[in-house]
Amino acid sequence: MHEHDAPGHDHGHDHQVVPSDPALRVKSLESLLVEKGLVDPAALDALIDMYEHKIGPRNGARVVARAWVDPAYKARLLADGTAAIAELGYGGTQGEHMVVVENTPKVHNLIVCTLCSCYPWPVLGLPPVWYKSAPYRSRAVIDPRGMLCEFGLELPDDVEVRVWDSTAELRYLVLPERPAGSAGLSEEALAALVSRNAMVGVAKVTLPRAGARA
Amino acid sequence: MNGVHDMGGMHGMGPIQHEKDEPVFHARWEGRIFALTQAMRAWGKWNIDASRYERELIPPAEYLRMSYYERNVPRLIGLLVKTGMVTLAELETGRPAPRSPKAASALTAEGVPSTVRSGSPTSRNAAVAPRFKAGQRVRARNMHPTGHTRLPRYTRGKLGTIERDHGVYVFPDTNARFAGENPQHVYSVRFAARELWGEQASVRDAVYVDLWDDYLEPA
Repeated sequence: MHEHDAPGHDHGHDHQVVPSDPALRVKSLESLLVEKGLVDPAALDALIDMYEHKIGPRNGARVVARAWVDPAYKARLLADGTAAIAELGYGGTQGEHMVVVENTPKVHNLIVCTLCSCYPWPVLGLPPVWYKSAPYRSRAVIDPRGMLCEFGLELPDDVEVRVWDSTAELRYLVLPERPAGSAGLSEEALAALVSRNAMVGVAKVTLPRAGARA
Repeated sequence: MNGVHDMGGMHGMGPIQHEKDEPVFHARWEGRIFALTQAMRAWGKWNIDASRYERELIPPAEYLRMSYYERNVPRLIGLLVKTGMVTLAELETGRPAPRSPKAASALTAEGVPSTVRSGSPTSRNAAVAPRFKAGQRVRARNMHPTGHTRLPRYTRGKLGTIERDHGVYVFPDTNARFAGENPQHVYSVRFAARELWGEQASVRDAVYVDLWDDYLEPA
């Protein structure tokens, strides 16, 4: 249905030229663009499938695990994030220029984009709602410690907190600390421990309780 | 522009809401508008800075009310109309203008993996000399352009230190209004948390902000 000229429809001061419900607006916009030949619906399906099933934080977790087991890789990763991440096959849209920042016992890194919602898509996928929200974007730079406490991460006073505001086209990935007691784990088992939140810097990587005594 | 999008340091935005096992898209339309935005970018009629600026033009009350994907709708519509790809009349009727030629999609399903994998790098090989070097003290300029800028308000007038030179990149302020790429150096600038927020901040902490040459002056 594209018939908007119902009685009473006021063209004079109605700037909203499509229905206000986002689902209807998007449907109407897609059908217009498809009819004009400007987009191919199969390309839309392929894009959605890629970000729902292929590109996500498991990519970043593999990068982190490789850095933990291979010191030479870690050195390359910290020196040129884009090139080292490309070694594992990841890169492209919203990860064209990557910088990896390393957590240590004395430095904790946190990623934000205060101006929009920039996020390293090739390694973390599309961002969660909280990362894009006004509460996170406003607070991360002014009260990182208080905010991290709400994420369940209390940092001692002698740890330096570095907040990275993604204002340019550099995209950041946190290299978390490898958890104590993980020496015997394979690269694959290590990757399974690495959460999205740890790579944004709002969590640490921990061993599951059952393995904590290993 | 001093818009509501420039949120760093604002108070009163409420608690951070967490969602367990969050889906990539919460509704079908979110995936569709995301994909439409990506697919239409393939035409090359606008750049990422123009696209960000278009989102900043959403009136502040609406911007705050809308979800991230909702904001993509007026942004895409604004870009389509401004670049002449779609007319207001077509949006009104939902149908292509009579006798308008049918285009052949810029992005096909087969082209998606390579397009996503190559992205749109904004670094440039231009021979532009850096104005600053690592270790140098700088001040973020106190400027308030009404157009697009990536200099957050909370850094303006503040002292920082050049941590690293990232190289030469397209300059958003001019690129957003299609007034040229004006490539120049981008630096990671370290601002002590106390310089930005005063005594309430930890003496150890810092915020690192990526800033272009034109946003900085020697201190």
